[in-house]
Amino acid sequence: MAYSDKVIDHYTNPKNVGTLDKAKTNVGTGLVGAPECGDVMRLQIEVDEESGLISDAKFKTFGCGSAIASSSLATEWLKGKTVDQALTIDNMDIVEELNLPPVKIHCSVLAEDAIKAAINDYRVKNGLPELVAEKKTH
Amino acid sequence: MDLKFPIYLDNNATTPMDPRVLEAMLPYFVEKFGNAASRNHSFGWVAEEAVDYAREQVAKLINADPKEIIFTSGATEADNLAIKGVYEMYASKGNHIITCTTEHKAVLDTCKHIEKIGGQVTYLAVKEDGLIDLQVLENAITDKTILIAIMYGNNETGVIQDIKGISKIARKHGILFFSDATQAVGKIPVDVNADGIDLMAFSGHKMYGPKGVGALYVRRKNPRVKVTSQMDGGGHERGMRSGTLNVPSIVGFGKACELCMNEMESEAKRLSKMRDRLENSLLELEETYVNGNREHRLPHTANISFKYVEGEGLMMGFNKNIALSSGSACTSASLEPSYVLKALGLGDDLAHSSLRFGLGRFTTDEQIDFTIKAIKETVLKLREMSPLWEMFKEGVDINAIEWAHH
Repeated sequence: MAYSDKVIDHYTNPKNVGTLDKAKTNVGTGLVGAPECGDVMRLQIEVDEESGLISDAKFKTFGCGSAIASSSLATEWLKGKTVDQALTIDNMDIVEELNLPPVKIHCSVLAEDAIKAAINDYRVKNGLPELVAEKKTH
Repeated sequence: MDLKFPIYLDNNATTPMDPRVLEAMLPYFVEKFGNAASRNHSFGWVAEEAVDYAREQVAKLINADPKEIIFTSGATEADNLAIKGVYEMYASKGNHIITCTTEHKAVLDTCKHIEKIGGQVTYLAVKEDGLIDLQVLENAITDKTILIAIMYGNNETGVIQDIKGISKIARKHGILFFSDATQAVGKIPVDVNADGIDLMAFSGHKMYGPKGVGALYVRRKNPRVKVTSQMDGGGHERGMRSGTLNVPSIVGFGKACELCMNEMESEAKRLSKMRDRLENSLLELEETYVNGNREHRLPHTANISFKYVEGEGLMMGFNKNIALSSGSACTSASLEPSYVLKALGLGDDLAHSSLRFGLGRFTTDEQIDFTIKAIKETVLKLREMSPLWEMFKEGVDINAIEWAHH
């Protein structure tokens, strides 16, 4: 199976690999997937408390090229958005942007799950109720 | 020497054909095109003579009699013919077959078919090193057991079973012993008499011959083994496998066997030396493990897990330049990693992190140098990107985390 140029580009030059301080109240961390399934994504957001915008986003991913590319792309899209705007990122947007084939759609679902998990972590830390996400099949 | 890309290290999947094999085959397409079964004219005689010669070349490699070689379309067909053929031929003796969980799908799925039509199959588990336990094998034998089907060398790990030990048990109980030796024949000495094998499947394209041709060895003496044909027709191959013989491919298969016969000994030494160098260099990386028994192993195969990086992601780092295969099956709908590695007791995570190296006749030291460097760089890069590696380095127990399985 050949990868799309965009997947190769994100894999070769991943954007925003790294770790934010998960102890900070304005940092939300989402850890999704499982080692047994061959994909684990950790996605973090840092929210600027004055503007309410996501000022930084970082990821680390264990997985195939498409999983790495999906999380790399997600961090790029998150930066500069409000938390509410970030919630609107849909896995199919990632599929389209990266030209993921059907067998790799689960990578995009995982990235969306990671975004939602990071936002929920941020919300809970800041006294907001947890959002219940619709369940997508992987 | 200049390196040419991509480097091919997937010789357990298939081998390139040796140019000397192609040369031997060429006259049998256009000029000497006869049907080996045509008894009445020279076209047929020429073809038959070529097939007879190839049959001798093939037989010699495994120390068999040429009459004991049944040409097939490949090892999958030979596996089917052996198992289904014995099951039908010896139905009056019993209906029980013993095999093991790390067999090739051509054996496992044929055994499943046997179960569907009323037979009984025992699938032996393997030990952590990939070897079966001979005591467990012997304990599995019942008065209905007619066949033991255990492969010679494993296609994923290269682990070589104790063939002589197995055949001794089979003989003791009067049970036939079939071995799928696709990865072993031509790579290491295989002697059906010294090994005590009654039926054996192997294939041309794993030993620098053409695809679409293989053979089933069927013992003729002590005991005389028979299988019912699974392909009915003109009664070719002593009635066990009908169908016009694929003369050019059979000629190529014969030539490939002859080359292996002559070159195997020095080649096995060269390859195991290269394989060990590759393996030992990669093992310098932390948290890197060899899968399967390292001592009882085919000389050209290595299977290595790089913990905390995923196999398919790993291959993407160099698959422009190096062709090999992974135990991860991330592209398949099931997301299930290699059943062979899981049978060795590897967790799914380690199975997902594995690469299989299959060296071959055309592998060079320069290619191995390049491969070592490329894989090391990619593993280090991906670990920097791996949340699991970070947790491991921080001393977090990854098994204690409640992962959301999808």
